[in-house]
Amino acid sequence: MATQHSRSAARFMMAPAVILLLGWMLVPLTMTLWFSFRNYFPLRPDRVPGWAGFSNFERFISSSAFWPSVQTTLVIVGGVLVITIVLGVALALLLDQPMWGQGIVRILVIAPFFVMPTVSALVWKNMFMDPTNGLLAHLWRFFGAEPLAWLSEAPTVSIVMIVSWQWLPFATLILLTAVQSLDGEQLEASEMDGASPLSRFYHIILPHLSRAITIVVLIQTIFLLSIFAEIYVTTGGAFGTRTLTYLIFQRVLESQNVGLGSAGGVYAIILANIVAIFLMRIVGKNLDR
Amino acid sequence: MARAVTPRRKALNTAISWAVGLLIFFPILWTILTSFKTEAEAIADPPLFLNFSWTLENYAVVQERSDYMRFLWNSVIIAGGSTVLGVMIAVPAAWSMAFVPSRRTKDILLWMLSTKMLPAVGVLYPIYLICIEFGLLDSRAALVVILMLINLPIIVWMLYTYFREIPGEILEASRMDGAGLKEEILYVLTPMAIPGIASTLLLNFILAWNEAFWTLNLTAANAAPLTAFIASYSSPEGLFYAKLSAASTMAIAPILILGWFSQKQLVRGLTFGAVK
Repeated sequence: MATQHSRSAARFMMAPAVILLLGWMLVPLTMTLWFSFRNYFPLRPDRVPGWAGFSNFERFISSSAFWPSVQTTLVIVGGVLVITIVLGVALALLLDQPMWGQGIVRILVIAPFFVMPTVSALVWKNMFMDPTNGLLAHLWRFFGAEPLAWLSEAPTVSIVMIVSWQWLPFATLILLTAVQSLDGEQLEASEMDGASPLSRFYHIILPHLSRAITIVVLIQTIFLLSIFAEIYVTTGGAFGTRTLTYLIFQRVLESQNVGLGSAGGVYAIILANIVAIFLMRIVGKNLDR
Repeated sequence: MARAVTPRRKALNTAISWAVGLLIFFPILWTILTSFKTEAEAIADPPLFLNFSWTLENYAVVQERSDYMRFLWNSVIIAGGSTVLGVMIAVPAAWSMAFVPSRRTKDILLWMLSTKMLPAVGVLYPIYLICIEFGLLDSRAALVVILMLINLPIIVWMLYTYFREIPGEILEASRMDGAGLKEEILYVLTPMAIPGIASTLLLNFILAWNEAFWTLNLTAANAAPLTAFIASYSSPEGLFYAKLSAASTMAIAPILILGWFSQKQLVRGLTFGAVK
């Protein structure tokens, strides 16, 4: 049904979205790339701007803050992924069971995803993790333990907890969707054949979920690599909670070393693209069906 | 795979699920409860659960002291504006990709998605500079445009997956019956597309409302939405739990309610149709 006429109309209809996104991608990206090769200190008139070659890239990697920030990033992303996937699978299987009030339980479980990041970070920081008045401190004292100053004594763990709470609903919801498409007859047949619940889980349920798990991992990784508000509000990057994203933010906006920060930005873009390629493959395959 | 089970098993499932659900929901519940306490009750030891004197005082204080309504209005304008603008630009694009697909449609869709993967911090300074250049730093206009652009790929994708489900045969049938292009769009396609467009609007309004990188970095006094308002409670006001809770409750309540309506679309919108 596609005639020459409708083809050109289609192109015309697509143009605004394509042109806008092209501009959104190319203009800032080119600028970042340009800045990353320059010495550029907007607030320091005494430092002459000029060509820097690859020195920004070298300095960003060799600075003492770089490897700790990579480590923190990996711990936070990895920790949140493990927690949300393991608990997400468990929750999805639980919520799939017949029960009373399933709809309401679903709503309760999903709710944290809709809480804005600054609110959840601040509520956790002050009302739960505060060492004197926080609810966790009350709980610790109730059991006779010394309350923890969560965000200074175990800062990375605390941030992993907060972010996991935010993302568990997302993992659960997607895994639940996948669990619900599981073939019930296959499970019943294996049950009749005497397969134990554990072997049913490993041989039928987990393989069925593998695709959904991969997608959750990829999508969450892309979002988790760039978490910002949770750190900005809780520790401001102190106590070893500076992620790669936060380090670049500090270089660019706080110390206004735009060249160095842009070099970091280029690294972040490359990193995100490596993850993105895998995600795009899966999504692309799905489009063909 | 839900199957019939014994009532006892069902009761056990119910009990465990409700306990887990309430545990996960608890921080939100606690925030809402605390917003109705006095400051003294909010830090009482042991904590008070329901046995306190309920008060609305905190809500009045938050509005009076920080002009809460201004931040709320900024959030509404920024989230609403960027969503409506995005859908207006995306509908024709998704429409043509769904109904007049070409060899390149798939590549264009995937390329659009790839722009979503661009880490914001990588382009922070250029955007910051462009905003200064055009005098748009701390303006709602800049955020409307930026949030529209970062959500545009999701909007196009969601609309595309919805539009693709509209069967092409219906179009042919309506043409046989003598409908022109105008009638076709107005009476056949639009009614079928509206639910998809509504879901897209809803999910993207939520995403824009909660966006907390650009809204924190590009606003100060004038255009700051609720995300920045709450971040400003970081210290020292954050130690006044009751007021912090009232401010938080007001910031999340509208979205919690909208979110509950959008839970089905969430999967489709955020997995780009890869999980159904």
